[in-house]
Amino acid sequence: MRYLFTLGIVWLFAALCSAASIPQAPQREEEVQAASNTLGNYGGSLVVAQRSEPKTLNPVIAADAPSREVIGRMMADLIHINRASQHTEPALAKSWTVSKDGRVFTLKLRRGVRFSDGQPFTADDVVFSFQVYLDDKTHSPQRDLLVIGGKPITVQKLDDETVRCTLAQPYAAAERIFDSVAILPRHLLEKPYRDGTFAQAWTLATPPAQIAGLGPFRLKEYTPGQRLVLERNPYYWKVDRTKRRLPYLDQLVFLFLGNEDAQVLRFQSGDTDLVNRVGADNYSLLSKDASTRGYQLFDLGPSLEYNFLVFNLNDLQSKNLSKIATKQPWFNDVRFRQAISLAVDREAIVKLIYAGRGAALWGNVSPSNKYWIDTSIPHPPRSIDKAKELLKSAGFSWRGDRLMDPHGQLVEFSIITSSSNAQRSKMATIIQDDLNKLGMDVHIVPLEFRAMLDRVFQTYDYEVAIMGLGGGDADPTPEMNVWLSSGGTHLWHLGEYKPATAWESQLDQLMQKQMLELNYKRRKRLYDQAQEIISSNVPFVFLATPDILVAAKKNVANFQPAILEPTALWDVEELYLRPVPPASAGSHR
Amino acid sequence: MLKNRKFVAACFLLMMLHLVFMLGSFVAPYGPSAQNRDFSFVPPSTIHFMDATGHFHLRPFVYQWSPRPDSLREYDESHTQLYPIHLFVEGDAYSIGGISLRTHLFGVAPEAQLFLAGTDGFGRDQFSRIVTGGRLSIATGLLATMVSLALGLLIGIVSGFYGGWIDESAMRFAELFLVLPWLYVLLAVRSFLPLHITPTQAFLLLVLVIGTIGWARPARLIRGIVLGAKSRKYVLASRGFGASDWHILVRHILPHTYGVLLTQAALLVPQYILAEVTLSFFGLGLGEPEPSWGSLLANLQHYNVLVSYWWMCAPALPLILVSLGYLRVADVIQERVQSASI
Repeated sequence: MRYLFTLGIVWLFAALCSAASIPQAPQREEEVQAASNTLGNYGGSLVVAQRSEPKTLNPVIAADAPSREVIGRMMADLIHINRASQHTEPALAKSWTVSKDGRVFTLKLRRGVRFSDGQPFTADDVVFSFQVYLDDKTHSPQRDLLVIGGKPITVQKLDDETVRCTLAQPYAAAERIFDSVAILPRHLLEKPYRDGTFAQAWTLATPPAQIAGLGPFRLKEYTPGQRLVLERNPYYWKVDRTKRRLPYLDQLVFLFLGNEDAQVLRFQSGDTDLVNRVGADNYSLLSKDASTRGYQLFDLGPSLEYNFLVFNLNDLQSKNLSKIATKQPWFNDVRFRQAISLAVDREAIVKLIYAGRGAALWGNVSPSNKYWIDTSIPHPPRSIDKAKELLKSAGFSWRGDRLMDPHGQLVEFSIITSSSNAQRSKMATIIQDDLNKLGMDVHIVPLEFRAMLDRVFQTYDYEVAIMGLGGGDADPTPEMNVWLSSGGTHLWHLGEYKPATAWESQLDQLMQKQMLELNYKRRKRLYDQAQEIISSNVPFVFLATPDILVAAKKNVANFQPAILEPTALWDVEELYLRPVPPASAGSHR
Repeated sequence: MLKNRKFVAACFLLMMLHLVFMLGSFVAPYGPSAQNRDFSFVPPSTIHFMDATGHFHLRPFVYQWSPRPDSLREYDESHTQLYPIHLFVEGDAYSIGGISLRTHLFGVAPEAQLFLAGTDGFGRDQFSRIVTGGRLSIATGLLATMVSLALGLLIGIVSGFYGGWIDESAMRFAELFLVLPWLYVLLAVRSFLPLHITPTQAFLLLVLVIGTIGWARPARLIRGIVLGAKSRKYVLASRGFGASDWHILVRHILPHTYGVLLTQAALLVPQYILAEVTLSFFGLGLGEPEPSWGSLLANLQHYNVLVSYWWMCAPALPLILVSLGYLRVADVIQERVQSASI
């Protein structure tokens, strides 16, 4: 009897809560987008852990992952990449047409859409947003993406609901670049932009009323060092199948908890509802009590990022680094790099470091990127003998069991890793042991992440480094920066004015060509060739990629994490909290 | 002193431990960096006398661990064959004092493994790592103590004996060192040093850095003793007979400092072992694959290791034993010094 009574109270309470928080139904003149997922119920707040505080709430200048994760929930774009299907879909642009030459995009904007402060959204906001992103003075990290063929995209307002974007040359991934441009409210940001104070606009100290976006949530409050609370945007332009306005959740709370272990602990204690990316070790820890404590765990397969060894082949003449320069002839010899690649035990990396939840890599494209991976790239099995033969053919010899270069110098070098990345430090330990079998003396030097980046990008004061790249998008576009010899993350040889080797110039041409090719099959063929050149010339010794692992409480519904960023929260507007039955809620404690 | 049973026990324990750690590579059944990649996080081997069929064996033996199929880091004993533990077996090569050897104190046939304290994430034998790591940690403690005491003795005697402005400046300098937050100084100093150094260089640096930080306390104590001793009548008499400073120092004053030196040594050694452990725990000691107690304990920084693999805490045990041993010895010496001086 008492149980029934409690149950009744809980229901009553739930009903009251949801009644209080149902947002206004869409107006007739409003062109909303309907989602197709399971119908949810309103209410509740979802608590998510973050490694650190966002640095800014300004979408144009945000470069760090925590900022972008928060901002992404408050902003929307014209054409969106669906993180599950990895294809583009209409967002604020309800439809668009492309000219025959692939250069002119005419976008029809959704009518009747409002910013989260209630102000209407028009083509002027779109023009203003692109203007800000493309302005040199704002230093937006996205700017490079919007400059195609050396010329920025031009955006023109045709009428209040139509804009035209013109590219200097056809561009394969043109639709996808709209995903990275958040549409800004001109009525709030034009003044700081004109005054030249745009970089200081929308910091964490800005009052919530002065921040507005077109995303599912808007800023409610921020407690330094602790939490940031977003609340439902009552004007959001998506509805569910029954025309009820999304999002379902009242609030989205970000807690700043530090490293992954702390996040897992707080998740286990019930303080947070999901962990966005769990390491394999903690994942198996959670899976042990998944059924008793009610977790849903997702292993989404290999991520799109790749971890690799990179050799310092930078031009060191202007630097005072003669000791490193004496080792560059080794690194420059493709047989030396191939020998290292043959000696590295990738299976052990996957097994020992990713607890089997990951994939070995021989190229820059992850096996989960089915659309773009070149499956014909060879996966030579690990062989110390073959590696030794290669070294022998390159003029190396052994004194005792130590490797000597053709000039009789002991082959000895250090690998720098980021001390905050335990997984990469462990990879270094495995590689050290593997290369010791070839007779190489390898030292591991863990460095603070910033200090390491400084060495790799600025001073070139390192010999070999373990790094990770990729993961932004399945499309080859973000890879341009890595493989073009002029690219900003062309790590092994930065600041090349012209390609240093024949294969690098071939790679340059292929990468340029595939960017202009609009036909998928032909583009894939070009990108395949590029992958083959990369894998046979080993500028990076590719190691492995971890699976994307996500954990959430059982009552988080419509939960479908994707391998693209932001893994768990990409469809946050459709997430809802299933009411926990009172009986089992008791057993959790 | 020898009648104090606790003291004798502590001395005996310390001697045993030091012997084990100095002969580290001989006592360890495997090389400290040998990876068994199929055996990551294996629990400690159970030493059996009774086999699976119920027969008793006089010679202890182990069973081979085999990974449980379709599981991760879970292992079962396979009872198909038993592997007796033998003394003086041939194994990985190592060298002690420049002599290259292959014989290890104990071990099992090479097809099986004897993991007395389980393995770490790379399948390295934790016991071998603790034993060889102990050599490094203890050697750091002992050498750094010598550095500290040598510095402390020198500065303490000079400032106590000569007094004046030398005394003033040396003691103010010592006070500065006493109030320094030494952990942060260690961290700062270590991060200024070059990255790429050989393990021997890294070890010597560690010794020097730790040793030079702790000289202030012994220096002050010794200065006090020298001050007291130099005004004693026999010292004045000896000076009256025309003895040189050197003679007075060596003959009459130094013997007074022995008690303090010994107590300080017994106190500093565990403190410096802990300092090395702290530095290595923060990744500022010797790099991989060289083990030390600090870098072994650093594994516990990971939540899943802490809660899943209890044997990873094993390096704490010898650390506690050695520290307690030294502190007991320090206690007894202190008592004796005090009773002698009364």
